[in-house]
Amino acid sequence: QKVSVEVLGHLEHLALVDFRDSEGVERLQKAIQFADQLHEVNTDGVEPMDSVLEDRWCLYLREDDVTEGNCTKELLENAREKVEEYFVAPPGNIPLPKLEEQDTFLQGS
Amino acid sequence: AALKGGLRSQVSAALKEGRVTPTELCQRCLALIKSTKFLNAYITVAEETALKQARESEERYKRGQSLGILDGIPVAVKDNFNTAGIETTCASNMLKGYISPYNATVVQKLLDQGAVLLGKTNLDEFAMGSGSTDGVFGPVRNPWSYSKQYKEKSVPKSHSEDEDSNWVITGGSSGGSAAAVSSFTCFAALGSDTGGSTRNPAAHCGVVGLKPTYGLISRHGLIPLVNSMDVPGILTRCVDDAAVLLGSLAGHDPKDSTTIQDDFKPFELPNLTDVSKLSIGIPKEYHAPGLSSEILALWSKAADLFKNAGAKVVEVSLPHTRYSIVCYHVLCTAEVASNMARFDGLEYGHRSDKKESTESMYAATRREGFNDVVRGRILSGNYFLLKQNYEKYFVKALKVRRLIANDFVKVFRSGVDILLTPTTLSDAAPYMEFIQEDNRTRSAQDDILTQAANMAGLPAINVPTALSARGLPLGLQFIGRSFQEKQLLTVAKWFEKQVQFPVIQLEEVKRHDSSVFQHQKSASFS
Repeated sequence: QKVSVEVLGHLEHLALVDFRDSEGVERLQKAIQFADQLHEVNTDGVEPMDSVLEDRWCLYLREDDVTEGNCTKELLENAREKVEEYFVAPPGNIPLPKLEEQDTFLQGS
Repeated sequence: AALKGGLRSQVSAALKEGRVTPTELCQRCLALIKSTKFLNAYITVAEETALKQARESEERYKRGQSLGILDGIPVAVKDNFNTAGIETTCASNMLKGYISPYNATVVQKLLDQGAVLLGKTNLDEFAMGSGSTDGVFGPVRNPWSYSKQYKEKSVPKSHSEDEDSNWVITGGSSGGSAAAVSSFTCFAALGSDTGGSTRNPAAHCGVVGLKPTYGLISRHGLIPLVNSMDVPGILTRCVDDAAVLLGSLAGHDPKDSTTIQDDFKPFELPNLTDVSKLSIGIPKEYHAPGLSSEILALWSKAADLFKNAGAKVVEVSLPHTRYSIVCYHVLCTAEVASNMARFDGLEYGHRSDKKESTESMYAATRREGFNDVVRGRILSGNYFLLKQNYEKYFVKALKVRRLIANDFVKVFRSGVDILLTPTTLSDAAPYMEFIQEDNRTRSAQDDILTQAANMAGLPAINVPTALSARGLPLGLQFIGRSFQEKQLLTVAKWFEKQVQFPVIQLEEVKRHDSSVFQHQKSASFS
């Protein structure tokens, strides 16, 4: 079944990436169709595998010691907009316009 | 001549004895990079720093204090590894102009041993792809397109057609690294391997491509695609060299908590003469749809080679092989959706001019910075991770992953030491043909033979085996047990010696400034 426009809009919001055109939506449809093949496999009683190293590796916590840092200057160098030691962002807490208010491709579909 | 030898056996000795200096090696490689610019293998050439490193290496050799085999050796690094002071782009608009503030651990290790970093190689954008055709700097051309071996098998074109319109792809996504090693512009290169991205271009470019066991080599500084499958890959011209590189890169890294804590001991490969105690497994499911008859015949011939030398060769089954591509598709897009979230324009990389709100700036930045392939995977990944889909797709895929990994465990437990399979479905396709299908379809087709090793975290290596009827490289893949790289490489080295893969005979390209390479012919396997 086809993905609804609501879900498509929701995905664009979550991903902060747009479908751009019908090809983008078609691509998603095909991806879902492809993934549906997974349901042919019987996985009764099978545990999900998070890591291939599950048998031999314990995710450890290291000691809470500061071993490096003080590289503010280097880290700020790659940012386009900054003020003193701050990264500067446009105003926050302004939600993206709802689907109906947008001038996007999805509006017309 | 030094450019053609093995690192341990020839180049290192030549440097120690002063027959060639690190500066000469570096200059020769830089000149070759310039004359093979049309291959588009390099995104950034770090000429000044490379020459500086070469000079420092030379001083060490003069004082008799060389750091080891890699001291003075020119290497190249795929452009998804961070390199301090050098642009790292991942072949994407999102990171154009991004100068890394640090070295990836593997890069640091190379530099600490005196290697000379020539530059950053081209790839598919963010390592997504199997052709090295989808990066913003354009596609990489396979050096074999310009080889005598390929040209003499090509159908003569009419005069009006552009001489090199039938150039072939390198495969991907580490195509730039593979092309760089194949065309002699460096001695070794780093790639990355998530679904076959090191082994695939290695096969198409006729070089050795090693995917180490997951957890053996640090991923710190490798811009991540799929954290649970990514590994740094090693590309070299012979198996011995791959062992040298492995020895210098493997080992626990406190900065990468997914590296195992066991001590790693670098090793030299023995010259195996007796294979009678070896058990080689031939997984029948790797006779995949679309496998060319040429590769099928080559695979069969290789199995016979082992049999005739006394090894036990058995057919085995990895029943969930056909689901590994689907499983990969879901897990990969899910992890990509998460990993690409960091690119928002705020701390680094491209930033859109949109100022109305943070969210609109993020959205515009990502629209401007990512290509269709990347955006497509992010959207698919987010779909599979939606609450209503999480169990159905993501968790389901994790379960299938376990089944795939278990297939290998069962086979290795039954007494098989090494698996022998094809690496690719056929030889390299012409670019014009390759781009007829979209990236996702191509990746799904091409990754089929390499992907399962990433799913299970196993070590695997491509060994160039013979030339196809079109004069292009064909490789075969060996898959080994977890952390048994020594055994894997020993067998690969024995095989390499048996097949005597021919040296590429690069021809003068009339449009460009290229020198003619002369080589002695060696007996070939086909």
